[in-house]
Amino acid sequence: MRKALTLARRELTGYFVSPIAYVIGAGFLMLSAGWFFLNLRMGGEASLRPLFDGMAVLMVLAVPLLTMGLLSKEFDSGTIETLMTTPVTDTEVILGKFLGVILFYLVLLASTVLLMGPILIYGRPDFGVAAMGYLGMVLLGAAYVSVGIFASTLTRHQIVAAIVAIGILAFFVVLMGVVVRVGRWPWTLLASHLNVMAYFKDFSRGVLDTRGVVYFVSATALFLFLSVKTLESRRWR
Amino acid sequence: MIDVKHLTKWYGRVLAVDDISFRVEKGMIVGFLGPNGAGKSTTLKILTCYIPASSGKVAISGYDVLSQSLEVRRHVGYMPENVPLYPEMRVEELLTFRAALRDIPSRERAAVVQRVAERCWLSVPEDMMRRRIGELSRGYKQRLGLAEALLHNPPVLVLDEPTIGLDPNQIRAMRELIQQLGEDHTIILSSHILAEVEQTCNHIMVIAAGKIVADGTPEALRKKVLGPSQVLAEVRGAKSRELVSAFQGLDGVRGVDGSAVGGWTRLTLQCDGKADRRAEVHRLVSEKGWQLRELRHTGGSLEDFFVQVTYEQNMQAAQRMAE
Repeated sequence: MRKALTLARRELTGYFVSPIAYVIGAGFLMLSAGWFFLNLRMGGEASLRPLFDGMAVLMVLAVPLLTMGLLSKEFDSGTIETLMTTPVTDTEVILGKFLGVILFYLVLLASTVLLMGPILIYGRPDFGVAAMGYLGMVLLGAAYVSVGIFASTLTRHQIVAAIVAIGILAFFVVLMGVVVRVGRWPWTLLASHLNVMAYFKDFSRGVLDTRGVVYFVSATALFLFLSVKTLESRRWR
Repeated sequence: MIDVKHLTKWYGRVLAVDDISFRVEKGMIVGFLGPNGAGKSTTLKILTCYIPASSGKVAISGYDVLSQSLEVRRHVGYMPENVPLYPEMRVEELLTFRAALRDIPSRERAAVVQRVAERCWLSVPEDMMRRRIGELSRGYKQRLGLAEALLHNPPVLVLDEPTIGLDPNQIRAMRELIQQLGEDHTIILSSHILAEVEQTCNHIMVIAAGKIVADGTPEALRKKVLGPSQVLAEVRGAKSRELVSAFQGLDGVRGVDGSAVGGWTRLTLQCDGKADRRAEVHRLVSEKGWQLRELRHTGGSLEDFFVQVTYEQNMQAAQRMAE
């Protein structure tokens, strides 16, 4: 798996020299922080929860934009050809891409720790809750990224990859929440098990529910698996 | 080194490669010629494990491309058409990255990168290696693509149109480089520029409409050209008309054209078959005491051969399509 790390490093440096990543990252952080401060003013509670909840939704847009080029750009520019004719397996390629993006995402996430500053000064935050919240963000991020990668393996057009990823994420993050509230049985039951925000809310409240962990980890594994298979299948046409 | 048996490739309902078989032995520099759409790139992509064949067996250095794909990829250096590169990376970065992908241990990487950079003339002037790939010239990028393929010192090099889009200087540079590399590697390159292939390669295969229509050394193929050969001569010593009728009488000469060039007459003799009539021309000229300043035998150029052989194939393919 050392090759996956080599690939990850290349992706990561690619992100740091690309204006796209900075713009998306900056936009994401600005909107998240804005939402957080807005809530802080209104609620006055010394917690990072509105930040996490806000980010979880904003990521439905931001992550697909970050991941859209991962495979799509390689298909479009033809660099996939030089990549796939080196002795790397499809799994190593997908894992490498995944690790590269996740590391960038973790850097973005780490920068939000600065937002704890004002809370520390003016309030008494619960660090355990904050830690859980960040754990939830990491798991959520991994799942979102794997969806984004999968969408990217489907097409050479980055925009299409972004839209497909946003669609899939919106389905699980937003639509399921709506179905739970206004739907009929048995759809509400199904939706309640697939509702991302429900699982995430536990984390942002500081509760470690292993069902949430299992949900996000298996979602990540599923979409990474699908990505590897889609990449393999491209060679059989 | 490369062993292809009954290779066929369908793209949906289009037959791109139709039951071809060939062998490339160690030390050959093979030119894979063909009109656009003939199946050259497809065949090369199958050799490098990029796409799978529909049927047939392909083995490189004894490894099967389907079941031992990773081994094959370790033994092959591939340069795709239009050399895809990452424009935001620097030259040195890219080569180091690809050296890592090629399992070259980290302590050797810098030396290996330096070696291929020198071999492919990438490191002059000094700062070229630090420049971003997006800013570089086409010729440089193609040499970089070639350098990439050389990192792991593969026994086999597969180059898809290595000189496409280059200016004459760059083409010459590339050609020299390929010839040098031919001393240490077995090379198969594709092109539709005949002159290139004639000069660089010691073995030629022609593919048209998915079938291999010729496979041999350039000399052998030239001999196969059908049709009359020509002898060109510039003679002085008598009136054009006299010269023309004199040469007309020669054995094996079917027709003579003459045109005046300065004080000389430029004669084109259409000869039967492929016999070289130059000796007879010279004998006639010395018998009559004329002067001769150019004597050339043309016939069976590789271009004629290429046109004949691909024309037939395209006609057959068109007929098949119509059926």
